[in-house]
Amino acid sequence: MSERIGMEIALAAAEAVALCKPDVVAAYPITPNTHIPEHLSDIVAEGRLDADFICVESEHSALSACCGASGAGARTFTATSSQGLLYMAEIVPIVSAMRLPVVMAIGNRALSGPINIWNDHSDIMSQRDTGWISLFAADGQESVDMMIQAFRIAEHRDVMLPVNINLDGFQLTHVVEPMMMPDQKEVDRFLPAYKPYAALHPDNIVSMGALAMPDIFNEAMQAKDHVLINSKEVILDVWKEWEEQFGRKYEPIGAYRMDGAEIALLTMGSMGDTAEVAIDELREKGVKAGLLKLKLWRPFPTEELLKAVKGLKTLVVIDRAVSFGGPGAPVCSEIKAALYDQKERPLITNYIIGLGGRDVVVTDFVKMVQQAIGPQKKKPAKAYEIYGVRGS
Amino acid sequence: MEKEKKWPEKWQELTPGCMVFRPGSTREYHTGTWRAQRPIYDTGRCIKCGVCYIFCPEGCISQDADGYFMADLDYCKGCGICAHECWPGAIKMVEEG
Repeated sequence: MSERIGMEIALAAAEAVALCKPDVVAAYPITPNTHIPEHLSDIVAEGRLDADFICVESEHSALSACCGASGAGARTFTATSSQGLLYMAEIVPIVSAMRLPVVMAIGNRALSGPINIWNDHSDIMSQRDTGWISLFAADGQESVDMMIQAFRIAEHRDVMLPVNINLDGFQLTHVVEPMMMPDQKEVDRFLPAYKPYAALHPDNIVSMGALAMPDIFNEAMQAKDHVLINSKEVILDVWKEWEEQFGRKYEPIGAYRMDGAEIALLTMGSMGDTAEVAIDELREKGVKAGLLKLKLWRPFPTEELLKAVKGLKTLVVIDRAVSFGGPGAPVCSEIKAALYDQKERPLITNYIIGLGGRDVVVTDFVKMVQQAIGPQKKKPAKAYEIYGVRGS
Repeated sequence: MEKEKKWPEKWQELTPGCMVFRPGSTREYHTGTWRAQRPIYDTGRCIKCGVCYIFCPEGCISQDADGYFMADLDYCKGCGICAHECWPGAIKMVEEG
């Protein structure tokens, strides 16, 4: 039976990973993800988890070790943040190209510089196009659930892709929340033992990561794109099964008070819970406002987005990263691209907020919505605006 | 495992992750086609020391029945390292074609 616990989310995420019985965990500490592998090393040391915990000398080695271990047929887990993810960058697209179901938690943190250890989404955005499945958790419960779901999705024979789970650094990783923690029996029922498609072994010879020259590379990229797009079907199935077993619903885009909404906020990650309170306040004031919470970043849920924005007059897209010199911030650019072919589409405003751990409060969201629909219709002067910048 | 074709024609024919299940398939790719210069061995000067064999990055040099060293031109990329290292001056690089 699941148990209701109060725990720091990073530790709870580690407990969830341990329930998935990984064979190999390789990680290098970097704030704010550190508590996840640190707690996993405790669990291994306590003898509660029979896994090899590899204390590597860098993040490059952490993902390389996971890549090799996964190739040998092991269930593998790693975690990182910010510059640590960038240090892994050389291996990140290789793991997906080799179809290895490595699971990685990312405690999202701003990229330096100036050096900053607090939350935004610039780290994962730098690895957006590497062919990984990318999930965003909004709270502690989702962080726990997604860890377990991730292994099931990653190891599915029609997927065989690595998955990263994004947890906002500090806002999620270091916060104590009440959560339902599944027990071993429940997780064993949901997540069967890993049976690799192929594993490095002298009895069954296989080469992974061989050279592909120009005459086959286009085809290899088409195959990689195809499998990531198609993984959505499996993700939806796994989430449906999760709901049946645990009673908690997961969707690519979660909706909050969207009934009859004319304006909606769209957020990713922990901002969603804060935005819910803002929506309640706006509804009390008679504003027909709702909230969309993007949980599945890759593969991008285009169909679900089109359905979600149907009937909206205005969409306020909240980003937590800057695409310097670009036409908009990362999430908004993709949403605009997805809606371009539609005859009817909402007006879109794009705010960037909460960079490098800057507080995001309920009144910020209320003000953004009021600006977007107010009589003055104060729109951002540019295609996007970094909200709350002093001097602008 | 189904035996794969030498070259997949369509993207659907690729194995997951482009995994290769047939050992030794690299031999079928003749890197010798990359060569702009070929090594010419002068057996009169060769002292059979094997320094060319040791330094060849392609590993394509082997010893024949008489003890002389020769490059396998199916794989020799023509880098010229053997000629550079051969201190008796038994190897010369000449233009292909």
